[in-house]
Amino acid sequence: MTAKLRAPGWYRAGLFVLLGIAFSYALVGVVRTLMHYPDAWADGDAITTVALIATPLFFLVGLGCFDYWFYYASGRPTRAEDHSSHGASSWKDYFRVNTDHKVIGIQYICTSFFFMFLGGLIAMLMRAELAKPGMQFVDSSTFNGLFSVHAALLIFLFVIPVFAGIANYVLPLMIGAPDMAFPRLNALSFWMLPAAGVLLTASFFAPGGAFASGWTAYAPLSTDMPLGQVFFTVGVQFAGASSIATALNFLVTIITMRAPGMSFFRMPLLVWANFSTSLLVVIATPFIAASQFFVLLDRALGFQYFDAFVGSGKNGSVLMYQHVFWFYSHPAVYIMMLPGFGIVSEILSVKARKPIFGYRMMAFSLLAIVALGFTVWAHHMFVSGMQSWIRVPMMITTAIIAVPTGIKIFSWLATLWKGVLHLDTPMLFALGFLTTFTLGGISGVMLSMIPFDIYVSDTYFIVAHIHYVLFGGSLFTIFAGIYYWFPKMTGRMYDETLGKVHFWMTFVFFNVTFGPMHLLGLDGMPRRVADYAEQYATLNLFVTIASFALGLSMLVFLYNMVASWRGGPRAAANPWRSLTLEWQVSSPPPIFNFDAVPTVVGGPYEYGVPGAVHGIFQSPTEAKPTHAGSVATSPTRE
Amino acid sequence: MRRHPVALMVIVGLVASAIGIALALVIDWFPTDAAKQAEPIDTLYDVLMIVSVPVFVLVVIVTLFAVWQFRMRPGQEKMDGPPIHGNTRLEIVWTAVPAILLVSLCSYAYTVLTDIEEKEANTLVVNVVGQQFAWRYSYPQEGGRAIETTQLVLPKDRPILFKVRALDVIHDFWVPAFRVKIDAVPGIETEVRATPTKIGRFEVVCAELCGLGHAVMRSTARVVTPAAYDSWIAEQVRGGAAGGGGAAGGDDAAGGDDAAGGDASGGDAAALGRETFVQNCGSCHTLADAGTSGAAGPDLTTALRGQSEEQIREDIVDPDARIAEGFQAGVMPGNFSETLSAEQIDGLVTYLVSVSR
Repeated sequence: MTAKLRAPGWYRAGLFVLLGIAFSYALVGVVRTLMHYPDAWADGDAITTVALIATPLFFLVGLGCFDYWFYYASGRPTRAEDHSSHGASSWKDYFRVNTDHKVIGIQYICTSFFFMFLGGLIAMLMRAELAKPGMQFVDSSTFNGLFSVHAALLIFLFVIPVFAGIANYVLPLMIGAPDMAFPRLNALSFWMLPAAGVLLTASFFAPGGAFASGWTAYAPLSTDMPLGQVFFTVGVQFAGASSIATALNFLVTIITMRAPGMSFFRMPLLVWANFSTSLLVVIATPFIAASQFFVLLDRALGFQYFDAFVGSGKNGSVLMYQHVFWFYSHPAVYIMMLPGFGIVSEILSVKARKPIFGYRMMAFSLLAIVALGFTVWAHHMFVSGMQSWIRVPMMITTAIIAVPTGIKIFSWLATLWKGVLHLDTPMLFALGFLTTFTLGGISGVMLSMIPFDIYVSDTYFIVAHIHYVLFGGSLFTIFAGIYYWFPKMTGRMYDETLGKVHFWMTFVFFNVTFGPMHLLGLDGMPRRVADYAEQYATLNLFVTIASFALGLSMLVFLYNMVASWRGGPRAAANPWRSLTLEWQVSSPPPIFNFDAVPTVVGGPYEYGVPGAVHGIFQSPTEAKPTHAGSVATSPTRE
Repeated sequence: MRRHPVALMVIVGLVASAIGIALALVIDWFPTDAAKQAEPIDTLYDVLMIVSVPVFVLVVIVTLFAVWQFRMRPGQEKMDGPPIHGNTRLEIVWTAVPAILLVSLCSYAYTVLTDIEEKEANTLVVNVVGQQFAWRYSYPQEGGRAIETTQLVLPKDRPILFKVRALDVIHDFWVPAFRVKIDAVPGIETEVRATPTKIGRFEVVCAELCGLGHAVMRSTARVVTPAAYDSWIAEQVRGGAAGGGGAAGGDDAAGGDDAAGGDASGGDAAALGRETFVQNCGSCHTLADAGTSGAAGPDLTTALRGQSEEQIREDIVDPDARIAEGFQAGVMPGNFSETLSAEQIDGLVTYLVSVSR
């Protein structure tokens, strides 16, 4: 037993969680005693707040995320060729600290889909309450908690990390690298995520209920909330730290670990997309960390950043919270969309059997979105009471950001033109994305127009818009990507019929769920209310029924994934006849990805060019170009 | 047509756009408009739809057309499309045209903005204060004390400048029929302008999440003739609080806004009353039995002793009729007879009577 408690793993992690709670209790008690506070050892709020910060850190240490760094810091010799924590031979290896980017990718994807189903169930509860006017199932405290946790889980525990997971798996393979640049940091980034997810979910059990101030957590509502708010404030810190560490890892990997010949303009667009996203994450995410630290300090230590109550003589700035928050949270929309753009570019080109149209403009438009993305944050604040002149430049930049986005959409359409379209599940999701995301983009342009925004902000029009962007946009690309790389990740083929059923159910019920919300918003129904006027009853009942059908369509997906992973037919190395490097190795790839370092000799999308190759696995001198779409050339596996 | 698929695509696109635009313009998707600001905003929406629908139709039609024309047919499994890498002229067009379009839309939206926010002569200033979970209004009077009230009465056709403040957290003052809204922000005063153009009662909504009672933070804007407004003001100045609160509730049935009502069946009245109390009253009133600790109004744990059922009911529906010592008239919302259902008020009275013994 002592051996188990000493070795990294779940036993030691459990022990360390207990240690973390004890440490928090002792720290709070000692400090409060020294400060001569009353009830020094019995302040539940203070102990919980400290424990929420300390316990996840203890958990990470216990699990073994820091073991090698402690070993190194203690001055012992480095173990350069130590691969003991690399790769997976049984399912148990997915539950420990693993440095293999392929294992981490799967860990990320499964964890974030777990939270997607959780967030989706919460949405079902909300829709059940909203089926009729009046209060039926939950009280308003619970309802406010439901929509807050729904948004927080799906943003911080699903869309952002699932893209990190897909890229984790695919990106090193695509650029011909054996792993990410910092494998141990990669493992640490992943393991912060379940900690964050547990915090956000556990807030339901806090006295006073879950955090109920929305995922935006506007101060001073959030600084006033019961204890549940701290679960959000701290949970977001862990999710954010995870996100930043992964982004740094991607940036270094992309810049330093590309295969010979892989110039920046020979990179697949998924790599470009993650390069752009990582820039956004590294620059923007510290801002949400700051905004939540402000709230934490206000709550826990009385810093009064946002204390501005009339007559209290306190001059905190309530609007500052929103500026700092949106300086992250607007770019976050692009953090949740650009990787999807990358996925769609891969799929459309391969499945239309044509080079991507305007490759360089596709890459440059990503960078343009990164730059412009930092100049639009205050369009979320048109009715916030900020200085009124700021609204006008923000309106113009917001509208202009539709130009690079438009370039991408038109280029995708042109990629389809005259191609040979393989209409299988990934392609259907990519095409579905094109239409639903365009609608979300157009309603975004409408919202940038200040007078219209003044009317519809904080209504269901906003709810419809954000779901067309994040569900019709991001989630459709995620499904497309999961189906597309499923054979590579699992070595099995998914069921094509079930995939198509999933697509059509999702596409139809998505539109009938969220489409009518535009109309509810135009008619003046405010968002974030459990109860609403009689005039909105019919449409709301309709939306609720549609949303349950949408929920059911996810079960088709779940069944397909589980059944195909367990018993689907074996996948070939390159079932899609793709040129990019990840398809030139076996499915799933060898433990160190490439048995011979590939050399990149051409662009990634040269479909239709006779004899075109992207990468070769012999040395350049002895390599003869092979015909595009020919069998994989990995020397050992074939 | 089969020979000219692109021509077919153009025709289908034009027809679909026309239908889409017609649906957007012919059907009135908005609630009643009752202010000068509504028309330019609704027109802006029309213009945006006229531009947006064809763009959306273009993307959908090209996608569907590509699926129809270029889908893989049997025997094409190993075929590739033509290696087209780009077309500079096309790319310039689809960069420049949207850019020009968007800048034009922004310019138009800017003129609408200056239009709806224009300063006008003879503007009436109304102060609005948001607090969890009620709106209060005050009408500054020259050379006298401002009228403090929970009723919002506005003269028709007179420009109003609402000066909005918040006492606790952020709220948002929104009259959907006026189309305009502005956050009520602790520590600063925000402004929004509207000129009512229709006589009637219009809902005031809190549009920014402000806590448990956010959904029921409602009030009514009553737009009346200038003469009726003047006499209302005179009455307020004369009678002070006495006539104030009561008038609001009686005459109009609560319409669509019966708040957390509806589902009173099942539980007994006192339980409903306790629940209603926690949700609607607890933020301002302390009551040991309900476990609430609000401090804005009298502490009901002690203040209820010796009150009759009639008195308690009057205190709820007409709070300004009797004011406890040390508290101000006009603070407690006077519209609970509108925002709560009859069962809720009955339950509340039963509950409060039971805990006052």
